[in-house]
Amino acid sequence: MEIPGILSIAIFLPFISAVIVAVFLTGKAARGFAVIASALELIVTGYIFVAHRQNGYDFSERITSWFPDSFPVQYFLSVDGISAPLILLTGLLGIVAIFASWNITERTKEHFMWLLLLQGAVIGVFTSMDFLLFFLFWELELIPMFFLISIWGTGRKEYSAMKFLIFTILGSAFMLIGILVIFAGTGTFDMTKISEALPSSNLIMPVGILFLFMSIGFAVKLPVFPLHTWLPDAHTDAPTAASVMLAGVLLKMGGYGLLRVSAGMFPDQLEKYAWVLALLGVINIIYGAAITIRQTDLKRLIAYSSVSHMGFVLLGLSAMGGVTSHLAMTGAALQMFTHGTITGLLFLTIGFIYERTHTRHIPDLGGLARRMPVFTVSFVVAGLASLGLPGTSGFVSEITIFLGAFPAFKLATIIAAFGVVLTAAYILWMIQRSMFGPEKERFAQIGDATAVQVIPIGLLIVSIIGIGIYPAFVSDVFTEGITEMLNMTGAN
Amino acid sequence: MNYADIILIAPEISMALLASMIIIVDLFSSNKKLLAPLSLIGLLVPLCFCIMVRDNPSLGFKGTVKVDDFSLFFKYVIILATGLVILSSTTYAKRFDKHQGEYYSLILLSATGMMLLVSAVELITIYIALELTALPTAALAAFIREKKSAESGIKFLILSALSSAVLLYGMVLIYGFTGTTHLSEIGTVIANHLSTSEQITDNGILLFSVILITAGFGFKISAVPFQMWAPDVYEGAPTPITGFLSVASKAAGFAIILRILYAVFENEALSSDWASMMAVLSAISMSVGNLIAIKQNNIKRMLAYSTIAQAGYIMVGLAAMAGNTTLYTSGPVGILVYLAGYTFTNLAAFAVITAVSEDSGDDSVDSFAGLIKKSPTLAVIMTISMISLIGIPPTIGFMAKIYLFGAAVETNLTWLAVVAVINSVVSAYYYLRVVKTMFIDSPDEGQEIHPKFGVLSAAVIAISGTVFFGFFPKPIIELARDAINTIIG
Repeated sequence: MEIPGILSIAIFLPFISAVIVAVFLTGKAARGFAVIASALELIVTGYIFVAHRQNGYDFSERITSWFPDSFPVQYFLSVDGISAPLILLTGLLGIVAIFASWNITERTKEHFMWLLLLQGAVIGVFTSMDFLLFFLFWELELIPMFFLISIWGTGRKEYSAMKFLIFTILGSAFMLIGILVIFAGTGTFDMTKISEALPSSNLIMPVGILFLFMSIGFAVKLPVFPLHTWLPDAHTDAPTAASVMLAGVLLKMGGYGLLRVSAGMFPDQLEKYAWVLALLGVINIIYGAAITIRQTDLKRLIAYSSVSHMGFVLLGLSAMGGVTSHLAMTGAALQMFTHGTITGLLFLTIGFIYERTHTRHIPDLGGLARRMPVFTVSFVVAGLASLGLPGTSGFVSEITIFLGAFPAFKLATIIAAFGVVLTAAYILWMIQRSMFGPEKERFAQIGDATAVQVIPIGLLIVSIIGIGIYPAFVSDVFTEGITEMLNMTGAN
Repeated sequence: MNYADIILIAPEISMALLASMIIIVDLFSSNKKLLAPLSLIGLLVPLCFCIMVRDNPSLGFKGTVKVDDFSLFFKYVIILATGLVILSSTTYAKRFDKHQGEYYSLILLSATGMMLLVSAVELITIYIALELTALPTAALAAFIREKKSAESGIKFLILSALSSAVLLYGMVLIYGFTGTTHLSEIGTVIANHLSTSEQITDNGILLFSVILITAGFGFKISAVPFQMWAPDVYEGAPTPITGFLSVASKAAGFAIILRILYAVFENEALSSDWASMMAVLSAISMSVGNLIAIKQNNIKRMLAYSTIAQAGYIMVGLAAMAGNTTLYTSGPVGILVYLAGYTFTNLAAFAVITAVSEDSGDDSVDSFAGLIKKSPTLAVIMTISMISLIGIPPTIGFMAKIYLFGAAVETNLTWLAVVAVINSVVSAYYYLRVVKTMFIDSPDEGQEIHPKFGVLSAAVIAISGTVFFGFFPKPIIELARDAINTIIG
């Protein structure tokens, strides 16, 4: 059954919960309510995903009378194969983030309020089919993240929060210009109509520049070298929950935008500049991995590894126009999903370990395996998935990208494959140095995961292994969405 | 003058009467607490008259005053701003002791001038209204008996006189060229002249007068390079008055610029010239305002520079007025939407500043440290206001910026839109610094902040408008569109 208004519910459930938390609740009550709200949200997003997968519902909602006709912004929500899995991912990581902040004692209710607002905004980004509404949610997500980093962060948190915000807002500034130019040319903000209307419309700037403007916003978010410098700072200094959301879903907004807008609306441009994407992708992968090896802070290490992993998304996109573009793009989309769960788990585990050891400096750690078996298992599973071990979700997405991108850019794909080797190196080395080795006396008293902490770890491990074994659960949906998009653009 | 004429300016008359009544009540009553509620209730009278005359827009006083949707839009904004300023002055004004009556009546008189200004369609009337606006404001700026405030008042007075002189010179040139002072007739004469004569040199005179007039009004709206007065005056003036200056006087200034540009200089041969001038001034205003604001530690001074930048954003709409063949309307509509939104947003900010400085006795950004712990309501209101000034949803600031920058893109001014969005990014830095101070920095011990009812309700009303119209901007956009449609005739 197609439940009407379910997308609005998915967006406004977290928003309204956030308001309730802010106004009525404090302390543990706020926490409990946030857990219930995010559990409901997981059910709602799960339903959206499954109903779309099984029955192909798109759950369209449209209110056209929101703005005057001369400025036809609509409240237009819809789901397709590209967005459905990402909505599920947001629901999943939303509840994980709530559990990750279980032990927050400072300004508890504010923390949960911002997390819920953040989740609602991200769902809004993935469901909006009106360009301005999309942009509205895109901007809306900034403020919660700014507060999460700058209040509950560590180290140079205020600097990092501001850097995150300025980078993102600069990127989105160009995107706004792009959106307005598209509107001036086509007279519509409806994303489903723009790809048809764009080729025949009279644009006031060269379409190549327009493509660049749009892509910059997404490139900052993904992030693409050389616009990535905000990411290590933001990740390192963010609290655990914010890191999980940042790596898990916020980066995916960039990838989603590249797929939906850069590839979906400007297929010719993307094809023309595919080599740039391939080049940047390779730089991201190799440069990111090379820097990662040198890191001694666990969070910073994972942050740089995200730069490397997002390079694969770029590589997948660069196959645009080729015979294997479906495959490569499905791989790129899948990579976003799997990276969300894997990196989410890594940040989560690191956050929990840090709560106990009070250090993330790798040389100070070591020999934790015996004291923390659960965390060690989750760390190892996430690490192995991150380096693409067969049987985990990381393997599926990377191999799909390689298969898809190889016919288009042989050399780039070969070089990128070496990135996997580097990944193996830094992941294994990191696990070895931090978890194994001789036990240290100063960690003699620390304990393992509590029952509450096992819940989010379990959720993410199940999804990592589950997709590793049965990738079609998600990839079918992506394939359908990407095929539909490519057919519409007439690229294939 | 006849009965119809009186009805036409009934809002202004009632406003002036209200001002006089406040003085009289002040004279005979020792209870100064009455004054603010009385002024607020009294404001309903001009508001009612505005709504009354809405249905029959017409020209009066031998064609010098015009009541139409355009002037009414601004009158609503001015009355709203006046009301909010009076509401947030309720406790602040207590420090003026015996002079509270003068304080309120000067605000009302200045508002009278602004209301007259937005409906004036004749050069001399415009000039008189302008002076009526400026003189009470100068007195208000100097209202606190200390050096800074006196400096603020005298600076405002002198520069105001100077800019009026420049403006008058521009008007004289126009009169010399056309032989009339009525805007509509001036427009016709210029149009006839430009269509019959091949003489380009005559355009030079017209263009020169446009430049002089722009300079005169540039002062009002504190656009670069006529912005020098703003920081000192804003810093020295009583805080609610600073809010009043930044909002109402700017709205009136833009109203009359729009009126003159549309009525007189809409001709294509001229418009392309002044449009590019506006574009350049706009880009400079926002860049200068934002860059200098970054360094400010006094919050009023910071908001003064922010006002300069905001004037730059609004001027994007002026630049976007002139297209290749016809005048575009989305630019001016954007201006009106932006001004209405800015009124809500900025007055919320100034109400919070008033409330905080009442208890901390300090205007520095640092006095906001830890405000979230001391007064969560004020902190949240200030945060939303700052977010709206940056242009982040869900606020009217976001909607208005989209509308204005969209107009720029529509008229091939993409470069200006790019400058404007980059400026928004720069501005995010200093606006968010305030937010950061409120949420993260630890508060001074022993400093309590208890916002009083009046100022708190002003802040709440203003911020409610900011958020409500951020979600549902349609009513404002439609009002603004009707308003603009009446002046393009």
